[in-house]
Amino acid sequence: MDVRATAALARSPTHYRMRRWLRKAGFWLSVMVIVSPAILVFLWMLSLSLKNEIDNVAYPPVFIPNPPTFANFLQVFEENSIGRYLKNSIIVSGGATLIALVIGIPAGFGIARLGARRLTVLILIARMTPALSFLIPLYAVFQFLRLNNTLTALVITHLVITVPIVVYIMAGYFETLPKELEEAALIDGASVWKTFRYVALPLARPGIVVGTILAFIFSWNNFVFGAVLAGRETRTLPVAVYNVLTFEQLAWGPLAAAAIIVTLPVLLLTIVIQKEIVVGLTHGGVKGG
Amino acid sequence: MSTNATLPARLAPFLARRRRSYYLFIAPALVTIGAVIIFPWLYTLWMSAFDWTLGSAAHYVGFGNYEKLFGNQRFGEAVLHTFYFTALAVAAPLLLGTAAAMIFHREFPFRGVLRGIFIMPMMATPVAVALVWTMMFHPQQGVLNYLLSLVGLPPSLWVYSPTLVIPSLVLVEIWHWTPLVMLIVLGGLAALPTEPYESARLDGASEWQLFRYITLPLVAPFIAVAAVIRTIDALKTFDTIYVITGGGPGTASETINIYLYLQAFAFYNIGTASAVVVVFFVIVLALALLLLHVREKTKWM
Repeated sequence: MDVRATAALARSPTHYRMRRWLRKAGFWLSVMVIVSPAILVFLWMLSLSLKNEIDNVAYPPVFIPNPPTFANFLQVFEENSIGRYLKNSIIVSGGATLIALVIGIPAGFGIARLGARRLTVLILIARMTPALSFLIPLYAVFQFLRLNNTLTALVITHLVITVPIVVYIMAGYFETLPKELEEAALIDGASVWKTFRYVALPLARPGIVVGTILAFIFSWNNFVFGAVLAGRETRTLPVAVYNVLTFEQLAWGPLAAAAIIVTLPVLLLTIVIQKEIVVGLTHGGVKGG
Repeated sequence: MSTNATLPARLAPFLARRRRSYYLFIAPALVTIGAVIIFPWLYTLWMSAFDWTLGSAAHYVGFGNYEKLFGNQRFGEAVLHTFYFTALAVAAPLLLGTAAAMIFHREFPFRGVLRGIFIMPMMATPVAVALVWTMMFHPQQGVLNYLLSLVGLPPSLWVYSPTLVIPSLVLVEIWHWTPLVMLIVLGGLAALPTEPYESARLDGASEWQLFRYITLPLVAPFIAVAAVIRTIDALKTFDTIYVITGGGPGTASETINIYLYLQAFAFYNIGTASAVVVVFFVIVLALALLLLHVREKTKWM
């Protein structure tokens, strides 16, 4: 309690209580104001996906679906084969994340133990480069290799996103682990590989979880790589939602349903690692694309 | 190495020899980064010196592509649109994000849950979000115009108006990226010492004075980091603009990135597009370095 508040309390207890109450109400009002845009947009998305087309284009808008319908979700699975694109997305983001872990975790370890932080500058510069600029050369190479329109080409391209994230996060994480255990193992005759495999790696599990989820999310969210490189059959989910639904039909319900299918996995993963995102992003500002 | 002092001296070269094998750990990642990141950079730089439309023969033009670009009115406008968009899409999230961080820095019930909800937009798939905003912007059936009518304001054309299209797109950008700024500033607030506040309170400083003269200078470096990251991302914004307007109406929201996309993948002008990439990268790098320089300068203020 500060000095002036104490003085106010001495002057008039009710006046003080009133001011405290107003302050509290004002604070909660500001909390609501900053959180509501996020809630409202997601709720509106949900509302659009659960209404029939007549309610979706009604003016004034219908806010609560009455009765809610799952027809939009059924439609995007049955008529727009969203299931296939979902599978493509899982293969591309899963594959690119897996490869990034295999080559990125050891690299993070090596960078941390060599103190070669300068290598991560490369990653920061890569982050500044517009995603499209990687695409022009890769597009030309894939055309030469006849890999355009294949999932392989997409997995390779998504390494542009996943590898830097994993390397950056793992290098940071291994730096926080104590070196003494590894040195003891080395002196006892273990090879560097064995020290990595049996000493450092088990300790790094929390870092690996965060790296995996962030790499997967940013790969999953990527639109432009698929938009350029994917063929009709190999579209990832964001590309499919944009292409199939906006050009072949202009119905809002299915569009919103598809948008929810794309973004729901990501939002669920976000909740799982909310704390780590808060820590990780505040320090590194790691973001793909 | 703290343990080295206690080890026999002959162990030092042993550990040094071990060090060499750490390079093997980095090698696969270096090869990958070389193939998918560094090779594209060099290839782009090389290609920017050629007049090459995909499918036909390429011929060397030196700086010809750059010269054409600087005389191109449409590209000039795209640069201006990009700067206009970036200025708004950096300033607004910085202000709002800092304010939000001040709020989330306090202890209150359900803080964790509410913070979780607050950061969701920044993880949501940009294309999905852009599609929902497209529907919300719709002049006749959009929910935004309905909300305007509720508070007695006339309906707006939003992204269908050449003058309002960029501010409207910035609205989406604010919604999407204010959480990132909030998180970075929140990290800064968490590291603040408590002593200056205690003594300032004893001296009778108001809440505003505490914020203005203690908090703000101390978190300024974090706000600067957020500004750098936000600037890079705002310059590079693609998904939102491409999905919602595609650069329209006309070319009113055509940014460098959209122009680049059209040159590369609609007209297949690989040479011109490569030159755009190089110019674009120089702009991003220059602005990032400028902001970092400003940050260095203001560090001791």
